[in-house]
Amino acid sequence: MSERTEIAYDSKVEGEVIVTRADAVINWIRKHSVWPMPMGLACCAIELMAAGGSRFDISRFGMEVMRFSPRQADCMIVAGTVTYKMAEVVRRIYEQMAEPRWVVAMGACASTGGMYRSYAVLQGVDRIVPVDVYVSGCPPRPEALLDAMIKLQDKIGRESSVKTLIDSNRRPRPEAALVGA
Amino acid sequence: METITEESLTAKFDYLTPRPSSDHTAYNCPSAHLREFVWALRDEHGYDLLLDVTAIDWDAATPRFTGVYHFYSTARHVYLRVAVDCADNVNPTLPSLADIYPAANWHERETYDMLGIVYAGHPDLRRILMWDAYPYFPLRKDFPLAGIQTELPAADVAESTKAKVKSAPMMGGPFVSKRPGPMSEAEPRALDESWTEQSEKPAENTSRAD
Repeated sequence: MSERTEIAYDSKVEGEVIVTRADAVINWIRKHSVWPMPMGLACCAIELMAAGGSRFDISRFGMEVMRFSPRQADCMIVAGTVTYKMAEVVRRIYEQMAEPRWVVAMGACASTGGMYRSYAVLQGVDRIVPVDVYVSGCPPRPEALLDAMIKLQDKIGRESSVKTLIDSNRRPRPEAALVGA
Repeated sequence: METITEESLTAKFDYLTPRPSSDHTAYNCPSAHLREFVWALRDEHGYDLLLDVTAIDWDAATPRFTGVYHFYSTARHVYLRVAVDCADNVNPTLPSLADIYPAANWHERETYDMLGIVYAGHPDLRRILMWDAYPYFPLRKDFPLAGIQTELPAADVAESTKAKVKSAPMMGGPFVSKRPGPMSEAEPRALDESWTEQSEKPAENTSRAD
């Protein structure tokens, strides 16, 4: 089957069997069970809460399981102004998240520092963590966040998950390297 | 409780001098007498609420730093402003009011954090907004609006991300008023478009013109 095809199914030929690619099925599972870590730091967090509420309802896209523990989350939504003092915390929480992990920079402050051109504010969270999707707005409406999360789903769907898995298994682990030394 | 007028306070405390004010009653008080005056304000004159503790940096003038306190009487609904000059321009010090008004505790920490005024007798004088190792006092007049490059609070995060606390010049951006006026006179550096975070600041602009 071709690179592009997600699934192949012909009841006359395959019967009960669906043929697919490993990447397609892994990504399909991942993108429909994103567990966000709500990194609410300012007013954007209010809109993030609205996105989780019944009117906008983020659970329509399978992302309603917000987890405040980074070890149970795989998508950090940075919602708000990241000060230099808080940058350390944001980075540490990101490092505690298990891979695969994604980051959404929600709003002007998280994306660029926003209106806070200041000695105290990190000028964009992408200086300390890799960002997958940026959302404009101050704060963005919940629809904008949902749109960003759908874009993130598309991005997850295009990932080479199997290759990443194999590569990460080949990479020497730091603790394993220490044992021989 | 007696009715307080401006005259009754200056008559009772001869070290007070009236301070020009466009709104509330205001006095200058020498820092040596501040604590006894504030005890009297709280216990004898009904100023039971300390609303604000801050300070002013007068830049090149002497005395350079002036501590400012706002008191409020919840019974009589009147405000009182007290200004106290710091004798030392380099290491400004004021007596702490944290044991008289618990509200002073965090306010004094903030004023210490932003302007570097040391409150003698404060129970826990640490920075409250910036991190403990931050080397500057950002609201002082000699601190540039864009900030000064320094290290992130956490060394390991700084090492893994290569991020620094960077200067963020306004570059005549959307939050700088184009209209000439008092603000542009006070902060000409906000209009400086000669450098950005990517291109270095020209050498002749690094020292302040004062």
